Amino acid sequence: MASTIRVRATSSGETTEVQALIQHPMDSGFVKDAKGEIIPAHFIQQLTFEYDGKNVFTADWGGGVSKDPYVKFAFKGGKKGDDLKISWVDNKGATDTTTAKIQ
Amino acid sequence: MKRRSAITLVSAALAFAALTLASALPSDAADKVDPVADAKAFRKFFTDKFPKVKLEDFVNGPYSMNEDLYRQWQEKEQFPPYEFSLEMGKEMFSKPFKNGKSYADCFPNGGIGIRQNYPYFDEKEGKIITLELALNRCREANGEAPYSYVRDEMAALTAYMAFTSRGKPMDIKIPDDPRALAAYENGKEYFYTRRGQLNFSCATCHVQSPGERIRAEILAPALGIVNAMPIYRSEWSGMGTTSRRFTTCNSQIRGVPLSPQDDEYRNVEYYLSYVSNGLPISGPGARP
Amino acid sequence: MRNMMQKSALVLALLAAGAVSAPAAGSEDEFKAAYAAAETANKEAGKLRNQWTTTAATLAASKKAAEAGEFDKATASAKEAEALAKASIFQATSEKTRWKELEIR
Repeated sequence: MASTIRVRATSSGETTEVQALIQHPMDSGFVKDAKGEIIPAHFIQQLTFEYDGKNVFTADWGGGVSKDPYVKFAFKGGKKGDDLKISWVDNKGATDTTTAKIQ
Repeated sequence: MKRRSAITLVSAALAFAALTLASALPSDAADKVDPVADAKAFRKFFTDKFPKVKLEDFVNGPYSMNEDLYRQWQEKEQFPPYEFSLEMGKEMFSKPFKNGKSYADCFPNGGIGIRQNYPYFDEKEGKIITLELALNRCREANGEAPYSYVRDEMAALTAYMAFTSRGKPMDIKIPDDPRALAAYENGKEYFYTRRGQLNFSCATCHVQSPGERIRAEILAPALGIVNAMPIYRSEWSGMGTTSRRFTTCNSQIRGVPLSPQDDEYRNVEYYLSYVSNGLPISGPGARP
Repeated sequence: MRNMMQKSALVLALLAAGAVSAPAAGSEDEFKAAYAAAETANKEAGKLRNQWTTTAATLAASKKAAEAGEFDKATASAKEAEALAKASIFQATSEKTRWKELEIR
């Protein structure tokens, strides 16, 4: 199956800018379907970006984050050609992970 | 006797004058429909109103109206929220039907790079055909169930087709056929007619108030407004079709929506597309 | 924008309010007559392709009140729905010519 994580990381001297788009329904658990039944909560609980063995960005999410979340941040360091590892875990225990090269 | 008839004559004259005044509106029935002049006036209205906006930027709707929004949108376009829907659309478009045929068999040039020609007037049928309608007819002609005009699948398909036409100028034709002219005029009338308990017409927001806010949203100008369709709306958390936008807008002004692809909707899409001829296709678009 | 909305809504609300008389003695027959009149007007608005969502909602509220036996409330709602439907008919008819006032020329 195709990865749910799209990521682009660009290094400019001292900092690396990261953008990621993650495909996930992010159901809050408060919305009802057409039949009037609650759509069960299904959302990413933790998202991590790892560089050189360390977490450079960690997100602890709840149901308030919208579908297909977009994240943008920058961290100090990061060299062109190095790996950046992204992983997420959701409330159902599902996970996905991908590794991108810093450009 | 004389006085009474004089009064009757005067009141008759007054009544006649009132009637004449009432019917002396800017455009009489005798006015010929002139789409070329309409389009010219339409374009001039918006370029005069927003002299700093480049003509081709009008297709970016609210982003062309507000600098801060524009900047945020440019950033987002590097990683557009509609990527997933667009990919799904491409997959759907390429997948053959159960009978072995595919969408490519229904459209000129295999359906690639043709979005800017829709809607068009079908001379055999005497009606306007939109891209959404053409897609569903293709499905039905090949034994497949039609898609809802307001859900994800149709949105994804039209997103892909729009994407293959990105940058191409809108190119709507009105053949020399009184039925085509009537459809165009009907679409124009729909656009300017006020409806719903809130008494809004499309023009109320998109001609009288582009760049201003309605609640928290910045309104888009009508020029080039269909060029960005279909749109990924953050409000919808997903991609939505032209049909979806027309019907939801109707309900928002407390008017009961017509059915998607009813004549009025097809005609207003025809009108809006025609007066935006020459402006580039920017679909699929992203909107707040 | 807001002023325009307020003005339009006010005018139309007044139109609707004006048509509602003081609550009469609650009778089922009165409700049925009022509801039928409202439905007829709304159907005519439908033929003009210009029904309002609020008309439908008010009709539904009227029916619900009647089902609960609250006939004076139901009749009042039905009369309001009729006024809304008639306003929507007026809107469609007058807009047939008035739309040209908004047209870009």
